[in-house]
This record gives sequence, structure tokens and C-alpha cells, in this order.
Amino acid sequence: MMDLDKIERDLMRDVSGVTGIPAGAYNFRVNGKSIGRNSSPNIDISPKTDKSGIDIHVQSGTKGEIAHIPVIISASGLKEAVYNDFYIGDNCEVTIIAGCGIYNCGVNDSVHDGIHTFYIGKNSTVYYIEKHCGIGPGAGKILNPTTKLFLGNNSRAELLMEQIKGVDSSNRITEAELDQNAQIVVKEKLFTHGKQHANSAIKVTLLGKNSTADIVSRAVAQDISVQNFSSHIIGTTKCRGHSECDAIIMDQAKVNAEPALEAQNVDAELIHEAAIGKIANEQLLKLMTLGLTRRQAESQIINGFLK
Amino acid sequence: MLRVNDVAFETTEKRTKRSILHDISFSVRSGELLVITGPNGSGKSTLAKIIAGIEKPTAGKIIFDGQDLSEKDCTERAKSGIAYSFQQPVHFKGLTVADLLNIATGGTKPEPSYYLKKVGLEPEKYLDREVNNSLSGGELKRIEIASVLARKAPLTIFDEPEAGIDLWSFRNLMKVFKSLHSSGDRRAMIIISHQRRIMELADRILILKDGKIQKQGASAMILSEMEDAA
Repeated sequence: MMDLDKIERDLMRDVSGVTGIPAGAYNFRVNGKSIGRNSSPNIDISPKTDKSGIDIHVQSGTKGEIAHIPVIISASGLKEAVYNDFYIGDNCEVTIIAGCGIYNCGVNDSVHDGIHTFYIGKNSTVYYIEKHCGIGPGAGKILNPTTKLFLGNNSRAELLMEQIKGVDSSNRITEAELDQNAQIVVKEKLFTHGKQHANSAIKVTLLGKNSTADIVSRAVAQDISVQNFSSHIIGTTKCRGHSECDAIIMDQAKVNAEPALEAQNVDAELIHEAAIGKIANEQLLKLMTLGLTRRQAESQIINGFLK
Repeated sequence: MLRVNDVAFETTEKRTKRSILHDISFSVRSGELLVITGPNGSGKSTLAKIIAGIEKPTAGKIIFDGQDLSEKDCTERAKSGIAYSFQQPVHFKGLTVADLLNIATGGTKPEPSYYLKKVGLEPEKYLDREVNNSLSGGELKRIEIASVLARKAPLTIFDEPEAGIDLWSFRNLMKVFKSLHSSGDRRAMIIISHQRRIMELADRILILKDGKIQKQGASAMILSEMEDAA
């Protein structure tokens, strides 16, 4: 595919599933430059003129289309901030596959700040998938994603955000504002190990009547890694919000979870569930009595938890 | 095939030692079904956990197929051929029934769906379900038993398999035990149970009371003595 080496191709596959030129609209950003871009009849992708990034316009009525916009950094020391704005028309159903992979073998930190803003039209559904990973023996692999969403009447956004492995530091900000009957589902999966540090702050404001939010975060912190998670749901009207954060803590890791609910209306129904704990000994014993070693049992439990 | 020699188990609570089991010696032959019964708190479950390697005894030896397993952990005992069915099925977040049964079979045949059918569950409905409290207590218990059957172990220990299951499942469970017991492959079972119908299946019965063996012998004899005492 294009002029990528094996490491870059593998990263591309791991973060976006892309192994060749995909059908439909795409933009491949590698080491700070677009190395391939395609618009489809319904999805237009054009570069920004004032700063780094792209504008993605999805025509009203577009159904079943996928846009791929993966980012790869393999040049050590590259630091970039990229602004991608998504304008989704009315009555659409589209999938956006983003994601960033960093390979660093040098002495300088590589940093990608991806700032994504979604304007979602009426009655539209957007699936947004973003996977992050880092590899290579070099300096920092740093990813700071910001995702902002404005959801119109009756629209729905489903976000799946995964930090798979190897990201040394990440500062993730997710913010959404919802109009009437709009729904947002956020699924976050976070795995940190070694000396990694990860922050994730999610803030959802339910502005429209009967809007709903469902936030589910699952995290595993190993070794001496540190995670900070916060979720903040604000209900300003008759609405429903639910957030659940569940973390497995291991070794000498630290996990901080700060759930917050803010009701500004008597009909705002907001719920939060949070749990941090080590792997239950019973779970380990059950798998060990099925013939797994303690290490194998741990990895099965973690893989299942983050699946 | 299994010899339990002079096993004792003590706990320390608030600096006072408490004896849970003492002077426990018995054996189980290939193909034999031994039921261990006795009042609540008599140490039955602790004894089962000691044989499976989940608890470490304060004294005594566990010899299995001529091999001293006393210092081996539960992984090694599982690999040596001891399977153990938990009284309270364990819940997992994210692990599916198929994941659990695949771990249990270790990739050998028959497939996980075979074992689900054995415990009366339809594979299509259950394989992709998570092993958590979205399943009923009875369903979890049957999945627990399926995972243990999938080990095809020479010795299987069931800790109160009847606990938490309905009457229909109980009949099904009896069928499972009967077919395991009558199959020609000489697999042995230890079942901890209060159920007379399970005791009637046994070759021998062992009664534990206050951490000691009160009595052990052929099931017909023990059952008739229990009747006389009642």
C-alpha cells in the first residue's frame, strides 16, 4: 500500500484495519503529510487552508458509508496538532475510522494532538472508532486526542475509543452537547503499562429534552502506570445519563476515578457506577483449576475485560 | 488413585488458632464415586479445596496416581488430572461462556457446545454470553459444571453441585453423574452433597463432623445406618 514500510503498514492495520486502498472516502496522514486522499460522491474530504487538518462534509441522506482517516508517525521527534472537522448532514448513517499509531526509535518525543469536532445533523447516526497505539524502543509516544461533538435533534453518536498499548502519555478530552432526543454512547478502553501516564476527561451536557448519555469506561493499569479518569454529566432538562467506570489495578499502578453528576432539572435522571479493584482471586483460581498458570489466567481476564 | 494422608487445617483468627480439619485420611480408587457429607461447617468444602490445591493444609499429604502433590499449586494439580467444580460459580467481566469452555478443553475435542448440551443448555443461546450476573444462578452453575466436565479429568471434585439449581437441572445433573460413573473410562468423582439421591449413586460415603471423619464405608451400609439414626 502506497510507499509504507512494514512497520508503518502494521501500525496502519492495528489502528484502522486498513491493509490496502479502502473503498470510499479516506485520508492517510503519514509523518505530517497526507499521502493519499479520496472523496466519495457523498463524502467530501478537503484540506484546511488556515491550519493543519481536513474538513469532512457528509451529504444529507448518506447511509452505510465509511471514511478512513488514520494517522501514522514514524519520524522520531515529530510533533503535530491536527484539526479535523466533520460536518454530518441530516438523515445520515456513517462510520468514521480514525486512530493513530506512533513508531519511535529515536531520542525525541513524537506527539500527535488530534482535535476532532463533529457537527451532527438531525436524525443522523455516527459511529466513530479511534484506536491508539505506540511501538518502538525510542523516546515518548504521546497522543492527545480531543473529540468535540454537537448532536442535533434525534441524532446518535457511538464512540469507541481504545488505547491499546505502548502509548507513553495521553491526555484525552471528550466533550459533547446534545439537542432534543439525541443519544450518545461512549465506550472507552484504556490499557497502560510500564511508566505510562493516561488522562481521560469526558464531559457530556444534555441540553435537549429526552437526550441520553451512556458512558462506559474500562481500564487496566499495570506496572507503575498512572491513570486519571473523570466523567461529568450535566443534565439541564428532562434527560437520562449513565456512566460506568471500571478499572483493574495491578502491580504498583495508580488509578484515580472522578465521576461527577450535575442535575439542573428535577427530571434529569443521572446515574454513576465506579469500581477500581485488583483481579478477583476467585477468578484467578477458577482459571488455574482449568490448567492455566497465574500469568496466563491474568492475561485471559484482562483480554476479556477489555474485549 | 487418590490418597489423603493425615491432613489437618488450622486457621488463626484474632490470634487464636482454630482447627478446621484434623486426622483426615482416606482414599479414592479409579472409577469410584465417593460422596462426602456432613453438617454445615464440618470442613467439607475446605477438604475439597485442599485436594484441588486451592487451600494449603497445615499438615498431611495428598498423593495422586503415586505422585506427591502436596507442594503443587492448583495449576499443576489441574494438569495432573484433578478437576474441581466451585460451589459458588465465579463471575467474569468480559469472558464469554465459549472463552471459559475453550480454556477448559485446551482446544481438544469435543467442542464447547458438546459440554453445554450435556448440562442441558442450548449452545447457540449461551456460547457468546458473558459469564456474569446477566445469567441466572442456575445457568451459571450449569456452565460451571460444563467447564469441569470439559477437563475430562481422571478425578473430578464437585462441591455441592446441587446448590442453587432447580429441579429440572437436578435431574439433568443426576444423569451427568450417572453417565460419568458408568462410563468405562474409570473416572473417579468426589461429590460433596447433602442430597440423598446423590448419596444413593455413591460407591462409598464419608461423613465429616467437626473437622473429623465420623464414619466412612460402603454407601448401602452408611445410608442404612443414617436411616436407623433418623
